[in-house]
Amino acid sequence: MKKKKTYWKNVEQIDKNSNLVKDIESKEFANQLPVDSILLNQEGLEAENTNRRDFLKYVGFSTTAAALAACEGPVIKSVPYVFQPEQIRPGIANYYATAIADGFDFASILIKTREGRPIKIESNNEASDFSSANARVHASVLSLYDTKRIQLPKIKGQDSSWDELKSKVLSDLNSASKKQGKVVLLTQTLASPTTNKIIKDLITKFPNIEHIILDTVPSNYAVESFKEAYGFEGLVDYDFSKSDFIVSVGADFLGDWQGGGYDKKYVSNRVPDNKTGKGKMSKHVQFEANMTLSGANADMRVPATPSEQKKILSYIYSAVKGLNSKIKLSPEHEKNAKFAADGIKKFGSKAVIVSGLDDKNVQDIILDLNNYIKSFAIDDSARLIRTQSGDEVDIFLEELLDGKVSGLITVGVNPVYSLSEGEKIKKAISDLDFSLSFSMKEDETSSVCRYIAAAPHYLESWGDYEFKEGQYFLAQPTIRPLFNTMLFQDFVLSIIGSSKDYYATIKEFWKQNILNGRSWNKVLHDGFYKKSKKEKLKFNPKKNITLDTDLNVNKESDMELVLYTKTGMGDGQQANNPWLQEFPDPITRVTWDNYLTISSFDANRIGFKNLNVADGALNGSYAKISGGESTLKIPVVIQPGQAKGSVGLALGYGRKLGIQEEMQTGENAFVFFKSFRKNQSVKVELTDGFHEFACTQLQNTLMGRGDIIKESTLEIFNTKDKKYWNPIPKVSKNHIETAVTSKKVDIWEGFDRSIGHHFNLSIDLNACTGCGACVIACHAENNVPVVGKREIRKSRDMHWLRIDRYYSSEDSFEDDVDTKDAISGIGDSLTTFGKMEKASENPQVAFQPVMCQHCNHAPCETVCPVAASSHGRQGQNHMAYNRCVGTRYCANNCPYKVRRFNWFLYNKNDEFDYHMNNDLGRMVLNPDVVVRSRGVMEKCSMCIQMTQKTILDAKLEGRQIQDGDFKVACSSACTTEAMVFGDINDKDSKVSELKANDRMYHLLESVGTKPNVMYQTKIRNT
Amino acid sequence: MGSHYEAAIRKPLVTGGKSYHDVTVDIAAQVEGKANMQWWIVFSIALVGFLWGVGCIIYTISTGIGVWGLNKTVGWAWDITNFVWWVGIGHAGTLISAVLLLFRQKWRMAINRSAEAMTIFSVIQAGLFPIIHMGRPWLGYWVLPIPNTYGSLWVNFNSPLLWDVFAISTYLSVSLVFWWTGLLPDFAMIRDRAVKPFQKKIYSILSFGWSGRAKDWQRFEEVSLVLAGLATPLVLSVHTIVSFDFATSVIPGWHTTIFPPYFVAGAVFSGFAMVNTLLIITRKVCNLENYITVQHIELMNIVIMITGSIVGVAYITELFIAWYSGVEYEQYAFLNRATGPYWWAYWSMMSCNVFSPQFMWFKKLRTSIIFSFLISIVVNIGMWFERFVIIVTSLHRDYLPSSWTMFSPTFVDIGIFIGTIGFFFVLFLLYARTFPVIAQAEVKTILKTSGDNFKKLRDGGKQ
Repeated sequence: MKKKKTYWKNVEQIDKNSNLVKDIESKEFANQLPVDSILLNQEGLEAENTNRRDFLKYVGFSTTAAALAACEGPVIKSVPYVFQPEQIRPGIANYYATAIADGFDFASILIKTREGRPIKIESNNEASDFSSANARVHASVLSLYDTKRIQLPKIKGQDSSWDELKSKVLSDLNSASKKQGKVVLLTQTLASPTTNKIIKDLITKFPNIEHIILDTVPSNYAVESFKEAYGFEGLVDYDFSKSDFIVSVGADFLGDWQGGGYDKKYVSNRVPDNKTGKGKMSKHVQFEANMTLSGANADMRVPATPSEQKKILSYIYSAVKGLNSKIKLSPEHEKNAKFAADGIKKFGSKAVIVSGLDDKNVQDIILDLNNYIKSFAIDDSARLIRTQSGDEVDIFLEELLDGKVSGLITVGVNPVYSLSEGEKIKKAISDLDFSLSFSMKEDETSSVCRYIAAAPHYLESWGDYEFKEGQYFLAQPTIRPLFNTMLFQDFVLSIIGSSKDYYATIKEFWKQNILNGRSWNKVLHDGFYKKSKKEKLKFNPKKNITLDTDLNVNKESDMELVLYTKTGMGDGQQANNPWLQEFPDPITRVTWDNYLTISSFDANRIGFKNLNVADGALNGSYAKISGGESTLKIPVVIQPGQAKGSVGLALGYGRKLGIQEEMQTGENAFVFFKSFRKNQSVKVELTDGFHEFACTQLQNTLMGRGDIIKESTLEIFNTKDKKYWNPIPKVSKNHIETAVTSKKVDIWEGFDRSIGHHFNLSIDLNACTGCGACVIACHAENNVPVVGKREIRKSRDMHWLRIDRYYSSEDSFEDDVDTKDAISGIGDSLTTFGKMEKASENPQVAFQPVMCQHCNHAPCETVCPVAASSHGRQGQNHMAYNRCVGTRYCANNCPYKVRRFNWFLYNKNDEFDYHMNNDLGRMVLNPDVVVRSRGVMEKCSMCIQMTQKTILDAKLEGRQIQDGDFKVACSSACTTEAMVFGDINDKDSKVSELKANDRMYHLLESVGTKPNVMYQTKIRNT
Repeated sequence: MGSHYEAAIRKPLVTGGKSYHDVTVDIAAQVEGKANMQWWIVFSIALVGFLWGVGCIIYTISTGIGVWGLNKTVGWAWDITNFVWWVGIGHAGTLISAVLLLFRQKWRMAINRSAEAMTIFSVIQAGLFPIIHMGRPWLGYWVLPIPNTYGSLWVNFNSPLLWDVFAISTYLSVSLVFWWTGLLPDFAMIRDRAVKPFQKKIYSILSFGWSGRAKDWQRFEEVSLVLAGLATPLVLSVHTIVSFDFATSVIPGWHTTIFPPYFVAGAVFSGFAMVNTLLIITRKVCNLENYITVQHIELMNIVIMITGSIVGVAYITELFIAWYSGVEYEQYAFLNRATGPYWWAYWSMMSCNVFSPQFMWFKKLRTSIIFSFLISIVVNIGMWFERFVIIVTSLHRDYLPSSWTMFSPTFVDIGIFIGTIGFFFVLFLLYARTFPVIAQAEVKTILKTSGDNFKKLRDGGKQ
């Protein structure tokens, strides 16, 4: 028989009848403290004498209490899971495939989430098309954590609820439909099959609703032309990998031209490899006004104003087709246009011509010409990501201004900001009885709307897309909505009385129409689904193409304005994103601003100046530009390569509403964006004052330093030995020329690096287009702080990875080297070096991503007094932040100047009120990477947290690491595969192969630092 | 008087027919008398400057190094310029007291006390900068090899900054001991004359119980000689090591083997100039013209002229080697130094350091007190620019043109520099009021050989 054990708590328990035990069982406190009887008994209190000892007790207690109350401990809100979610394990990232389609950027992406927070965006490489995430897409994760987002629906500026909003909207819609009043649904290009169906259902219920597509930066002329030629709204998708001769007339196809994303295929035919005999790469001829990424990467770049471009295009058209034309071109342009035309004729189907001129006639010519030569570049399926066409929008605006529209619903568009008649529209919208805006911000448009429906960020939403015919993409939420938001689609579904939500509707629609019995879960996991295309695009040639060479240029105005979108800012919807504000423009390397780019010739003519002040910072004169009724005061950047007679200006800046004060940068150039033409004519005048720019690169030329960016031509590459075009620098030792890489001239003893991993990163200068996706990816991965315009202006950017851009000061970089080598005597060197500081009028351009080179013989490591910088076993140059005392000696002694110092405290500091200064913004921080404090040095770590994870994962899984497993943020963000990372101790790895490549060189090899980052010589097809 | 013989062509080092007692009285007068108005004015200005500097330092440490004008390319500017400048100034003291002692240069006796005081005060200024230029100065003790519980964390003995820590601290401690040793008999003299009990108490503590016995004097001489022997290599080593901060780096314009001798010569150059600046004022204010004579000033001017010329040769050698090396980065660094955006700093340096001392070839100029004072100021300005030129012009345009930028100081940079000048003068002025500014015990040893009255007497007797 078991005896129950008793645990004694108290001796009183011996006595079963003890009162104390009973008391303990019944009450928490055996005796109630007589607080009330003392404190509430006023008389008793007064009668009480406080003796000395009591007094001291009170004093002691109250001072202790006051002191303790003063030391307020930091409150860290942390809520444990009540139910542990499946698959979310602390410390382990989850990835979800989704898609972004914000009307400007369209891409299939992977989202890295940690503990339920999306923290980084990566390309979904398995989706072959639209898989490349650009800088803006990479930065969009930060826009999720934007403090300026609307957190709940609003009615007339007052906080409201969704039920209230729904009932009000429904009654307004009903009354409008009773009155037969027209309600316009204004959306961006949605490219969403399910949404289109939902809108159709909405229109069925409310036939007075009209759906109009407004793209913030449309390709409406090209779409119109396409519609005429192919019968539906879309755009030709060009596959530049199939072209050996590319002619672009004002199309920045490496930028945002027609939705962008062309770089991957373009680059695949731009990297020569002489291993298999002859190296081959396409030849790229670019006619353009502004200096763009495409022009910078072109083999031949011809500056030409838009009106000249149109003539050039007409010339090429007639020359290729053998027409008899009387087009007058300047001898220079004629030569170049003839070259382009001859090339197209010679290469036939292996050629392609594209144009970015917003002109129907031009786009007709392009389609006709590409079909005439049967260009292989025309893809079988069309792009569906820009569909605004015709004059729908113009008619709507006219009606709106005339008061013929009784209601407006905007979804993801901001017409008050993005239309040239914005101010008038603002007035018209505020006069409307019914206006509803689905918006993430209280922006220019939504702030004048009666109802604001707080829209979720795309990372909180479901969605489905067809970016390209037959290519379907799914978007899924990666976090529970942060705020009380609702998708437009869900709102409409509930208004039309559907019982299903958007997710269920998508799923049903896909099962019925798209999947054909395939697994929904598989597609959702992959994020994309590719249907095999049934038929090719059918081209209906236009009968009579007129060679009208006139480009609506207002003769009275003296300059042609070319509007463009910046790699960082795009159409401006992410203007409140500090990463993008601080992202240096790939060409000018200016941050936090838009500006007028002008050629040095015109700048001298008008009197514009760019000066560097005492601390090196750039100042620029102000220009007043006027065209029609619009005028702007805008600072000027003198842009090498800008076509004479033209000026460039970026759209997307000058946002004022729904955005933090620091982020209200630049001027709104949409006021000049008339008739959706990026080419306008304006008058440019000098006005008073100088603007203070924050530019991250103040010296623009390479000064003839040919060993920094090595380059050669395709011809030399194919015919001559490596020693000729990529020699290893030599040093004289005992009067014998010895290679600097030789052991004989090395004073250091190297470590044995043959065991374990040895990481190397290869950067191919031929494949790098300068797009800057890696820069933002690096910010996101490594918690790189944003320091603001004032600090950038002081040359204190914190970017671990920068893309240096150089201009040649002669016609080419090779000429620069020749000029430098030809210097004789002191007098000559003074004048020549002075000249070499200035860029040529139409320079060659080179991009060079530079991060810590992880030198095996690192100059930074030897000089740190506390050994905070030291070398790792796997080749990395480590930086121990905790050990750093901040002498900055390492940064001074770094030949590559990649080390960044925390001049101030950049987090939780009101002086730097960016994402690291609020709880919401800090959600984007990568928990694997420490946030640095002030006074310490930081720099690229070769994403050691990523390589370590790869190693640990492989160890846990008990497998060998495969080539390609090792990744760093920049290499995985690089869509053109310019950056390849890996282990050179794995002899079969791609990076080992690249290390042995003839084009390989190390930056500043002669310094003897033996870097673990290597570059591949740039080969130009000139 | 055979033992006191000195060649007739030697000029007297003490003028004014001083007796031993006169020397005592003249030198003790500063300590025993009351400060005049001038002293108070100068002291107040210095104190205000010092406090302003303290404010700027507090602002820097509490906010971040970002309040200075530095940037990603130029990581050092005024901070290390000031550091090297002050260390350089500190050089003259040891050279005068140690090297000249070994070479038996008796004229040093009138100036070595103040020169050494200047050394110690300027090394204190110099020592401030390596600490406050750190991003996290509160962790500055990490540069010391202190055994710790962090595991194998240890300082990096490869780093020239660590060598600096040892060099500067050794220099400061040896100089201090040397200076104090020399002060003992003088403190004792003041102690013996003191009438106020408090003063007597203080000076008897300071004089370490000096009794003036023959044994005291013998040990005094021995210790002085040993310390001089120890300090002499320090004269060379300290600035050599400071120059290693630059010479061992890979930056064109820094990576130069000529730096150690070049820096030492420059240091002696600027140190002597500073001694001249201070003593020309001191002799006037403290009525010490008979001890610090024109001849002293002339001799120092000659040292300035010679070291200035050495520095000039070094500048030109640098340019030549840059050209001769055939390294384009090196060539451009020096071309940029002389003709780039900081050309004015380079040519200020050149004219102040190389051209201005050449006037000292003229006897009339080098014996002119006003002119000597002027040149001493000019040289110190020039030597400040030298360090600025080396540091900033080398950094602001190094290898990759993409990182080229410029440097411009903020009010904090300037404030801290002014603060150290203020601090230096606060210390020096206090010293001048409380310490015997001339090593009177030593001067007395040469009174009979080099005092004008004795010389005249002796020479008269001979003739």
